[in-house]
Amino acid sequence: MMNHSKNFKNLVWRKSMAVFFAISGLFSTSLALAGENDYGIASEWQMDTQAPATDMMANMISFHNLLLWIIGLVVLFVTILLLIVIFRYNSKANPVPAKFTHNTFIEIVWTVLPIMILVVIAIPSFDLLYKQRVIPEPDFTIKVTGNQWYWSYEYPDHDDIAFDSVMIPEDELQEGQLRLLAVDNEVIVPINKTVRLIVTGADVIHAWTIPSFGVKIDTIPGRLNEAWFKANREGIYYGQCSELCGKDHAFMPIAVRVVSDEEFAKWVEEAKVKFASAPSIQQIKVASFSAAE
Amino acid sequence: MATDTAHDDHAHHTPTGWRRWLLSTNHKDIGTLYLVFAIFAGFVGGAVSMGMRIELAEPGMQFFPWIAEYIQGADDPVDAGKHLFNVFTTAHGLIMVFFMVMPALIGGFGNWFVPLMIGAPDMAFPRMNNISFWMVPPAMLLLVISMFMDGPSGFTGTGGGWTIYPPLSTSGQPGPAMDFAIFALHMAGAASILGAINIITTIFNMRAPGMTIHKMPLFVWSMLVTAFLLLLSMPVLAGAITMLLTDRNFGTAFFDPSGGGDPILFQHLFWFFGHPEVYIMILPAFGIVSQVVATFSKKAVFGYMAMAYAMSAIGFVGFVVWAHHMYTVGMDVDTQAYFVFATMVIAVPTGVKIFSWIATMWGGSVEFKTPMLWAVGFIFVFTVGGVTGVVLANAAADRIMHDTYYVVAHFHYVLSLGAVFGIFCGWYYWFPKMSGYMYSENIGRIHFIVTMIGVNLLFFPQHFLGLAGMPRRYVDYPDVYAGWNMVSSIGAYISYGAAIIFIYGVWKAFKDKVPAGNNPWGEYADTLEWTLTSPPPFHQFNTLPKIK
Repeated sequence: MMNHSKNFKNLVWRKSMAVFFAISGLFSTSLALAGENDYGIASEWQMDTQAPATDMMANMISFHNLLLWIIGLVVLFVTILLLIVIFRYNSKANPVPAKFTHNTFIEIVWTVLPIMILVVIAIPSFDLLYKQRVIPEPDFTIKVTGNQWYWSYEYPDHDDIAFDSVMIPEDELQEGQLRLLAVDNEVIVPINKTVRLIVTGADVIHAWTIPSFGVKIDTIPGRLNEAWFKANREGIYYGQCSELCGKDHAFMPIAVRVVSDEEFAKWVEEAKVKFASAPSIQQIKVASFSAAE
Repeated sequence: MATDTAHDDHAHHTPTGWRRWLLSTNHKDIGTLYLVFAIFAGFVGGAVSMGMRIELAEPGMQFFPWIAEYIQGADDPVDAGKHLFNVFTTAHGLIMVFFMVMPALIGGFGNWFVPLMIGAPDMAFPRMNNISFWMVPPAMLLLVISMFMDGPSGFTGTGGGWTIYPPLSTSGQPGPAMDFAIFALHMAGAASILGAINIITTIFNMRAPGMTIHKMPLFVWSMLVTAFLLLLSMPVLAGAITMLLTDRNFGTAFFDPSGGGDPILFQHLFWFFGHPEVYIMILPAFGIVSQVVATFSKKAVFGYMAMAYAMSAIGFVGFVVWAHHMYTVGMDVDTQAYFVFATMVIAVPTGVKIFSWIATMWGGSVEFKTPMLWAVGFIFVFTVGGVTGVVLANAAADRIMHDTYYVVAHFHYVLSLGAVFGIFCGWYYWFPKMSGYMYSENIGRIHFIVTMIGVNLLFFPQHFLGLAGMPRRYVDYPDVYAGWNMVSSIGAYISYGAAIIFIYGVWKAFKDKVPAGNNPWGEYADTLEWTLTSPPPFHQFNTLPKIK
């Protein structure tokens, strides 16, 4: 009888350990896969962040990986303790309960150890936070305005190029354009240039984000907020409005195309002509407002 | 003692029929009203979330345009459907927070068991107790009416989210729907403040002889801390939404930049209430789990003083971390750094609680009856939700996850799973005491297992969606997010099925009428409620018990 229950316990142990290794295996695999994610857009069944297109996002991902290991181990540790309780201290395995209710040493350990873990987290956390929010000297500035429900962009350092960026509706999508992400006018920026964003909201609060850049900033009426990025890879990067802004909150995507310096210069010349003839919705609004005054 | 009480009952006028409930001043009857109301509201709020999960199961818009066309008769069903989705997210949040979790934990279990556990005959202010319950159903009615009033031009209902940030909640929703929602919050908030005053007064003044503060059961401790959080945070919400109301209707500009106001001011006020609010929802669950873990481990709770003061510390620090909900509003970097630091501090007392529960079970002789299953389940899901909270506390990492499904997963792990597991834990633990009948252990176990599978399937994939960048409060999403959304929706259907198993179990318990006896859990259920009959007499402790 004794032997039988011991065997059973061993079996349960081996099984639960197998489950743990399977879980931690999955966990490491998902970490290892991090490098293979798409840039600028998620892929199907993706389990972690989009691939980084700025050094900042690369730093944020490695910080998040550190956090993921820590929290994964904490959950694993608590789960192991719970399983030990379930298998060793159930009323059949342990009919006579112990009487202890205090243990000063262990209580100090489980207070001090979490503090030490938090310090390990806090050091890279503060370092990264200050890197994000202390804006470096920019190469040029883009002004972003959130509207219900589209984005307006201005390039004050490039002859005030100004245009609106509106989602392409599903029935007008061209071959290769992505549903809910493709826009009529993309934001164009050159590679390896520090771009400063000055953002505000025209009506309600919106939030401008590009996950691959590690940037997210609220666009708030009556306020100017700042953010920055320095893209290190050419390509198209998508984001979606990230602050509830009403009916079409899900239908005002952000698209940024990172190009070479030459292409950017070419685009600037074209854009000056293209957007000069067609004033943006924003400019029309401002004009009619001034006229009314 | 029981015979004494029964004898006294003849001398008292015991109201019957509708008078017993509508005019009730009896803490147990009022507690029952709260619990019944919370179950009802839980099914309403759950049905609302089912609507959202049906819509989100596949990319594209299917369900809400259908409702808009065939139920609302909208001219442009797609547009109306988009707004209706926002109305649903708003209603789901407000109903679950104000009309399900808070009434169940504080109004329901608080009313029932604070007096019983401290050896008091009733709450300190029985009539105020009556009004604090009877303000809650009209509050919910106002919220439901709001769904049918004009919101933004051309649509009905308010779609500002439960956080009702201006300007979306002022100029963005000009119709009266938002005003009705604000009144609903006013009433629910006033009811909570009255309830909190009652709980604090009861605990401070009506403890039986010998029941010192440091002998109170941990559930009573948790209710005391919760009541203080309510008392200090609810008035801030009341002020904020009143300012919102005058901004909307009387030309003030507290939150309107064109009049010199600031939309971010509202966010500070809202979260000064909102963050303590999440502890208001989880602390009573801490208390319940502490009672249940000790009872079924057949051991006294480990580190009682540390447990009590960890709750107090969580409550205190909970007041100085609010702006971690606002890392992307453009706050000064030093301010963000402070909120990162303060928020991470909370992990320490929370860890003390998790480890103390495990230490209580350690070396115990644990019986895995249904309440204990929920308690162990609680410790697991709360740990998962807690650690993702540590991730989100870091502004530098939150930048990726803010307003994505990662946040949705995090707060549902601590609330939808944590607080709700706490509620079910308390329900199965005290159901025999409240009703006098034993529930079916088999149905209770099935309910637990199905819920555990359902909610984890529902919320765990949302971490992946959030990391991959899917924003929250989206009626439609890029096709790449389809896979995990489908898994999540299947989990939601399973979870709702589990709720129906719960109702079946309750119905069966009342049908089978298996007597529970005074104390079905044995000598380690050693708090005062187990010394009474099941259900307890209408008035208990006419002779105050003496605590040694």
